[in-house]
Amino acid sequence: MPFIPHTEQDVAEMLAAIGASSVDALFDEIPPQLVSGELRQVPPALTEMEITRLMQDRAEQDGRYLSFLGAGAYEHHIPAAVWQLVGRGEFYTAYTPYQAEASQGTLQLLYEWQTMMASLTGMDVSNASLYDGGSSLGEALLMAVRASKGNCRRVLVPRNLHPYYRAAAAVVLRQQQIEMVEVPYLAATGRIDRAALERLGAEPFAALVIGQPNFFGVLEEPDALTDWAHGKGALVIGVCNPTALALLNPPGAWGQAGADIAAGEAQPLGIPLSGGGPYLGYMACKQALVRQMPGRIIGRTVDLDGKPGFALTLQAREQHIRRSKATSNICTNQGLMVTAATIYLALTGPQGLERVAAQCHANMRRLAQLAGAIPGVTPLFAAPGFHEVALRLPQPVEPVLARLRRQRVLGGFDLGAAYPELGNALLVCATETKTEDDLQRFAQLLDAALKG
Amino acid sequence: MNIPADLKYTKSHEWARLADDGLVTVGITDHAQEALGDIVFLDLPQVGRRVAEGEECAVVESVKAAADIYAPIAGEIAAVNQDAADKPESVNQDAYGAWLFKIRPDNAGDYNGLLDADAYGKIAAEEH
Amino acid sequence: MLIFERSRPGRANPSQAPHTPAPCDDIPAALRRRMRPLLPEVSELDAVRHYTRLSQKNFSIDTHFYPLGSCTMKYNPRASNALAMLPQFLARHPLAPAETGQGFLACLHDLQEILKDVTGMAGVSLTPAAGAQGEFAGVAMIRAYHEARGDTARREIIVPDAAHGTNPATATMCGYAVREIPTDRDGNVDLEALRAVVGPHTAGLMLTNPSTLGVFEKTIVEIQKIVHGAGGLTYYDGANLNAILGKVRPGDMGFDVIHMNLHKTFSTPHGGGGPGAGAVGVAPRLLPFLPIPYVVQRDGAYHWADERDCPQSIGRLSAFMGNAGVCLRAYVYARLLGHQGMQRVAEYATLNANYLMAELAKAGFRPAYPRRRASHEFIVTLKPLKDETGVSAMDVAKRLLDKGFHAPTTYFPLLVPECLLIEPTETESKETLDAFVAAMKEIREEAYKQPEMVKSAPHTMPVRRLDDVKAARELDLAWKKPL
Repeated sequence: MPFIPHTEQDVAEMLAAIGASSVDALFDEIPPQLVSGELRQVPPALTEMEITRLMQDRAEQDGRYLSFLGAGAYEHHIPAAVWQLVGRGEFYTAYTPYQAEASQGTLQLLYEWQTMMASLTGMDVSNASLYDGGSSLGEALLMAVRASKGNCRRVLVPRNLHPYYRAAAAVVLRQQQIEMVEVPYLAATGRIDRAALERLGAEPFAALVIGQPNFFGVLEEPDALTDWAHGKGALVIGVCNPTALALLNPPGAWGQAGADIAAGEAQPLGIPLSGGGPYLGYMACKQALVRQMPGRIIGRTVDLDGKPGFALTLQAREQHIRRSKATSNICTNQGLMVTAATIYLALTGPQGLERVAAQCHANMRRLAQLAGAIPGVTPLFAAPGFHEVALRLPQPVEPVLARLRRQRVLGGFDLGAAYPELGNALLVCATETKTEDDLQRFAQLLDAALKG
Repeated sequence: MNIPADLKYTKSHEWARLADDGLVTVGITDHAQEALGDIVFLDLPQVGRRVAEGEECAVVESVKAAADIYAPIAGEIAAVNQDAADKPESVNQDAYGAWLFKIRPDNAGDYNGLLDADAYGKIAAEEH
Repeated sequence: MLIFERSRPGRANPSQAPHTPAPCDDIPAALRRRMRPLLPEVSELDAVRHYTRLSQKNFSIDTHFYPLGSCTMKYNPRASNALAMLPQFLARHPLAPAETGQGFLACLHDLQEILKDVTGMAGVSLTPAAGAQGEFAGVAMIRAYHEARGDTARREIIVPDAAHGTNPATATMCGYAVREIPTDRDGNVDLEALRAVVGPHTAGLMLTNPSTLGVFEKTIVEIQKIVHGAGGLTYYDGANLNAILGKVRPGDMGFDVIHMNLHKTFSTPHGGGGPGAGAVGVAPRLLPFLPIPYVVQRDGAYHWADERDCPQSIGRLSAFMGNAGVCLRAYVYARLLGHQGMQRVAEYATLNANYLMAELAKAGFRPAYPRRRASHEFIVTLKPLKDETGVSAMDVAKRLLDKGFHAPTTYFPLLVPECLLIEPTETESKETLDAFVAAMKEIREEAYKQPEMVKSAPHTMPVRRLDDVKAARELDLAWKKPL
């Protein structure tokens, strides 16, 4: 029996100690008509060798592609040390650090993460993680509504924010009948439409969300937006790519007072694409809002001898104490992903992260330049961006992507389904992982694919 | 148990004191602060807020627990104790000194309907 | 020492970033960052050594027995990790078309089918990222079901007082009022209290079975009748699924919707607090509402079911597929166990728990429910020890760390004073359990002879007991560079 160490003698001795006649007798409190029979859909056991072969075959069946897909999940170089350390059993197989004295490793690492994220986002405090970018946005919006003391149940979310983030947030808001108002973007720049915002902001709202960059890779002008929303008495939530924050003014420094909450996806920091998860939702905020923040928070304190140490703190916000009045139901979060991201940031450092971001940016510009030279291909928006660019194609996007796939290239994200108003529009991403040869190859293949 | 005879009480462990200015001062009892343990944070209501009798209007938070504080009588929040909010441990040190908020009662007679020290003492003893 | 305190200005890892800084002159100055973020400047060796040393300050399953009740800290097979991290799986982009990931989708589809079988549910979605998100999805489906029928007066979710705090927190998050019902002296749901609170306002009941008190709800059939009779749905919290895996299926118990904690029952790692995976399963009437995306097989190929396929779905819980990589690990585990191995899980988890309870009782510890069988976990109450020596459950828990054992769950459930909730899991050997009993006996003796020593435990950890009052009063949540 896999992973069960008992010998027959063990079982006999243990049953004798219990005073039970058989293992089945231990289930005698279960109504007999409920006891299930054979499991039919579960196949017989495989050895490790057999499952290894099966999984390798499936992995090879999928193979690998040269990818220009971004749209919320980004391919970056991950230093080898990151996952070697993350895979250490002491990180990998530990539980939530409830017993602080036996969890100082995890606790200190989480405190280091909080420090790094607070600084990267320009905020005062960060939590220890949420699930992913989409669910973090939902939590940030609930937090803003709580901060309004329940007086305002309406939030402004721009259409140029990731469509799946909006979808995930909408599921959460719908349960509590909180109204999510969509703010349109300008066709020329892809940025939030200020005039429309002014109209929608005439009625009270608890929060304005700003993506930086937004889903189209376009950089917003968040200073004025932040001041405007604060002028209306609302909070500002910045949803930022953490890699981009090495170059960009962080949400905590937007406008006169800074945004109030930063939330989003930290997958770019050392976490593989992995088919969609596990990723890493982050959240940071201003000090005044810390008691409204969901998720675990680590504090530095001292032990009985006055020696510094780390512990979970502000637990009275959480479900195990506050039950129905908790800030969120979240408990298990993405601890191991935080471990990866913290080590990633330690290994790249401020200068390394800046270089990664700058190279992503340069590659995107080069890609836009090369693609823009193809007849009929033009950038959709006239505004600066970060590592992603939306292109207009002269013909429907999906058949073009299918032709690229035959060359083992993932050519980008077809914007048509989520943004039918954009017509034949393709969102293309180039991170630091792409070489000049890769970019040239993309342009050549795109050109060929457009010719049919 | 420390239950001053000159105060009124609620089943939910608030104490109340009616002053000459007609305002009712509210805090938590010594029994309550002891049960909560080291208090680390007070979330106090906004001055001017209208509260009904029994309405949740503040939270007292310790490391391992958080207790809702209910308005003993209906009225308007007239003042909050910012000194206590700045030093939450003062509630542990002197539960009857470190008041939380004052209510301007809608109906001054409501105060007399609250529990007296004897009645509250019995409730607290049962829980003990 | 913090990584920031090891930092030296100008130290860098040239191998880990592009050689030359690329120009960003097209980004307007107003949008540019003005101050560098506070990230450490350390060498690769500094970082590797720092985080290796930090890891060594942790207890973990790999290093210690971890009998944490309700957490199912069983061995995490290394094959699960290695095979979920095959390079092709790691490189797979979530928005890459399904045709480019048939092997990956096949694993997830197979896992959905296996989970349907072991739980007796009609459909499964793997997308919830953790148990709590699975609960959220489950209760949101209950809401969607009632709303689709125009049955909008149902505003309450019933939760037993023994329940994990996530249950009431989830109900609130889903916009419901929570009705708590008491537990009787033997640890069962109080049926009279349940009958008294159900009605046309009842949206559903959330139940953990076996409960957090470590006992099976013997009246589960009656409970189902009462709630269903009132038009409510029943929710199975899978926190303790390990206790019945292969023995009793939640679907056969009559539950309408369930979540499973794959990081417990299917042995994916806890990772110091996640990632988990909280797959949900539903009875036929809730199938249309399952969260998306999930994998469907159509025309001989695997696809992601999305908004177009599932117009009544409650929607997306995260931007992409939830913790897909964790699900791959669960899949490998399920295949290694096979149907026979899976049926053994509950048996040996239960054997270990009942053995440990019997041995601790012989050693003079008091089980909270002595007349009941333990499930895969049980509670002892240390109230007598506290009364006689002043040594609390927390003190015993801390002293266990000195003895090389992770502490059981303390002070949960809230109903039992001075309690330890102990879950040994099926992967621990008799010798380990015996050693734990011996440690508990030693601590008991110490409590009588040297109570102050036990009260100030642990004595051998990297730190002694921490001042969590100071931590909460003087919040220090981020390191600041000394001026």
